[in-house]
Amino acid sequence: MSMRKSAPLAAAAAVALVLSACAESERDGSGGGGGEGGSTFTFGAAGAPEVFDPFYATDGETFRITRQIFEGLVEVKPGSAELGPGLATEWEPSEDGKDWTFTLREGVQFSDGEPLNAEAVCANFERMANQNEAAQSGPAEYWAYSTGGFGKDSLYDGCKVEDEQTVVISVKRATSKFPALLSLSSFAMQSPKALEEGNANNVKTQGQGFVYPENSKNPVGSGPYLFEEYDEANKTVTIVRNDDYWGEKAKTEKIVFKIIPDESTRRQELEAGSIDGYDLPNPVDWKGLEEAGNKVEIRDPFNILYMGLNPESNPKLKDVKVRQAINYAIDRESLVSSQLPEGASAASQFMPEAVKGYNKDLEPYPHDVDKAKQLLKEAGAENLTLQFAYPSQVSRPYMPNPQKIHEAIANNLEAAGITVKATTKPWNGGYLDNVDAGQYDAWLLGWTGDYDSADNFVGTFFGNASANDFGTVEAGYGEQLAKELAEADGTVDEEERATKYEELNKKIAEEYVPGAPISHSPPAIVVSEDVEGLVTSPLTAEHFDTVTVGGE
Amino acid sequence: MLKFIVRRLMQLVLVVFVLSILLFAWLRALPGGVVSAMLGERATPKSRAALTEALGLNEPIPVQYLNFLERAVQGDFGVSTGVQTGRPALDIFLERFPATIELSVVALVLAISLAIPLGYLSARRSGGIIDNASILGSLVGVAVPVFFLAFLLKYWFAVELGWLPVSGRQSIGNATSVTGFFVLDGILTREWDAAWDSLKHLILPGIALASIPFAMIFRITRASVLDVLDEDFVRTAQAKGLSHRVVRGRHVMRNALLPVVTAVGLQMGLLLSGAVLTETVFNFGGVGSALEEAFRERDYPVLQVIVLVAAIAYVLVNLLVDILYALIDPRVRP
Repeated sequence: MSMRKSAPLAAAAAVALVLSACAESERDGSGGGGGEGGSTFTFGAAGAPEVFDPFYATDGETFRITRQIFEGLVEVKPGSAELGPGLATEWEPSEDGKDWTFTLREGVQFSDGEPLNAEAVCANFERMANQNEAAQSGPAEYWAYSTGGFGKDSLYDGCKVEDEQTVVISVKRATSKFPALLSLSSFAMQSPKALEEGNANNVKTQGQGFVYPENSKNPVGSGPYLFEEYDEANKTVTIVRNDDYWGEKAKTEKIVFKIIPDESTRRQELEAGSIDGYDLPNPVDWKGLEEAGNKVEIRDPFNILYMGLNPESNPKLKDVKVRQAINYAIDRESLVSSQLPEGASAASQFMPEAVKGYNKDLEPYPHDVDKAKQLLKEAGAENLTLQFAYPSQVSRPYMPNPQKIHEAIANNLEAAGITVKATTKPWNGGYLDNVDAGQYDAWLLGWTGDYDSADNFVGTFFGNASANDFGTVEAGYGEQLAKELAEADGTVDEEERATKYEELNKKIAEEYVPGAPISHSPPAIVVSEDVEGLVTSPLTAEHFDTVTVGGE
Repeated sequence: MLKFIVRRLMQLVLVVFVLSILLFAWLRALPGGVVSAMLGERATPKSRAALTEALGLNEPIPVQYLNFLERAVQGDFGVSTGVQTGRPALDIFLERFPATIELSVVALVLAISLAIPLGYLSARRSGGIIDNASILGSLVGVAVPVFFLAFLLKYWFAVELGWLPVSGRQSIGNATSVTGFFVLDGILTREWDAAWDSLKHLILPGIALASIPFAMIFRITRASVLDVLDEDFVRTAQAKGLSHRVVRGRHVMRNALLPVVTAVGLQMGLLLSGAVLTETVFNFGGVGSALEEAFRERDYPVLQVIVLVAAIAYVLVNLLVDILYALIDPRVRP
């Protein structure tokens, strides 16, 4: 072989040499991500943030960032789902539960120097309650959903300045969700000056989408971090420490959120040391990640996976015995041990244990095929055929692998003599639409709670008698259940309210049986071994200001 | 020639128009859509209806299309409803475009610079070691799906060996964006570290993406050189005692390259489809990964812009290839 002809080979060898040389130097850097040293925490985000005004956001990736920048009047206590002080140190309801007096924390400033006082709080609430038509139709979704809407539909009834540090927020009726809903990232306090200068409420429709005002690109809160940059070409969001923060200063100087949509790439980036952690690692990777020295932190489950049943689509499901039979047919324990991650548990009711109102005395339906068959016989539904759907192209914390869960349940149902017609659709490609349109006899879905309130679970599922996926009215108990739910929700005394929900959960499980609660799955978050100080949250709402990387 | 170009450009307008109708109708006929993508599990019939109306999705599809067309001719292709909510879809495309161009150029340069010499060598030494090895290599290039190759490359060279970055276009903190072409930006701003860093990020996705055109260009070059070597004029040239270099350059390669040029042109169009997978595997923030994200989120405005501009680019590249072809071979001039 002449010199000339071997040139490509020589070139390839040279490239390999150079690469291996530069790889050495690359690996020398600290694990802090991007060679920035230990004071940067680099986190692999699964998606791009939508907008930086949390009021218009609905997605976890946006909230993960805004949660570090903004604070609410009420916050969730670190490590639990319980409510704790935020920008308000305490709050007190009036006797009828309609007027809530909040005492504000002293000496808090927004990062633009504006003070947090009663006036600022009212400015925020008035802003949220008074949205234009475009914002009401979609972007202000969290407000619409949590408070029932705008104007006369809204739970919100006004805000009054008592004095500099005292503010009264009024609601139209007593409800378990107030003030819990104030802990939602969407309702965090923003600098009134920034809201005004950023023309914050000026949402417009353009073509078939929404355009957001300047404020949504320049968030100004009172939290431990400040927004620095969204580098859209490089897909990173950078926030830096707020040195004027009222509380304990953040441990790391900077947090970089590196947007990496592919889950396996996030894992590989962690393995290569270019990120320090990421959320929702696939349960099948937990062991491997730990063996490689990473910390897989398993949160307490705050979710529910259920199988919905729709008597409108399949009239045989109108008979409660059929619905009970389906519950007996499902082998929850073996499903949990074979298909769900460590720490998952079988569900006895439509809410997780951490929520007030959970009925500890309820047991999950036992797996009893004979009982299922007998109930089906009594109902005259021995030849029951069930069209049973599951979503594809999705993985949710309560449902890591929908297809496998579906398979397991379908096998259980078949064993009890039910003919299952499996069907699937992509999550965003028709599945949610079809569930909503009542097109499936049975389907898999679930819910991760927004805050610690029974209403946020059972109220969300069955509170609206005229329109819910379970066809509760068709099954004959819808109005009654909705009424009972509203009554429990409106109970001012916390203990009394919890007892009402406990009773109601028992009734739902044994008498109404709108579907089959299946399981609660703990979502995990993974960080590298040199990350310390991460306090996990059952709501997957971690604050990163306590995190250190590499001991710095 | 000018007439030919004008005619082709008019064809382009027609192609884009027809494509935009088909695309618009197809996307709207898909189940699901932006409403459920935006509202998720939380959607109530009330909020669904409000959003559908606000976005004009309750209008008949032809009306929606005409509204789209009216805005599009004014340069407004709508705003993203998913990837970066509220940003003009065209901006997102333009921002992501340099990444894909950078990646495609690297892939094409890699493919051409390996495939043409190897194709020539293989043909000259038909049946020899280089020939057999190259044929095997090109078979692998055709047979192995690009995402699988990408995954293997990433696993070995980035994760296991740690020689190259796992994903992305640049290490964090290295960015100084001028043109959006990061390697070029590094050179322009004389930030050699940044340029080198960006180049390193291009190597693995570049190799993965190059596997598609490499195989095709190699095989066409080889076959074409074999054909030309058999031609009388080559034997005549050799018999005339012309130097090896002249025979190879002026007689063999010039003629053998004609079909190769066409193949390269076609490959450039195919690169985008390969880029969707490569960019996704390497989290390379280009048009390909934007397309994938937009599809997942049912972000129709972004999808539309990407597909339409890709179609325009494809037709333009083919026009360029035809012109180039005509320059190389006077016989085919229009």
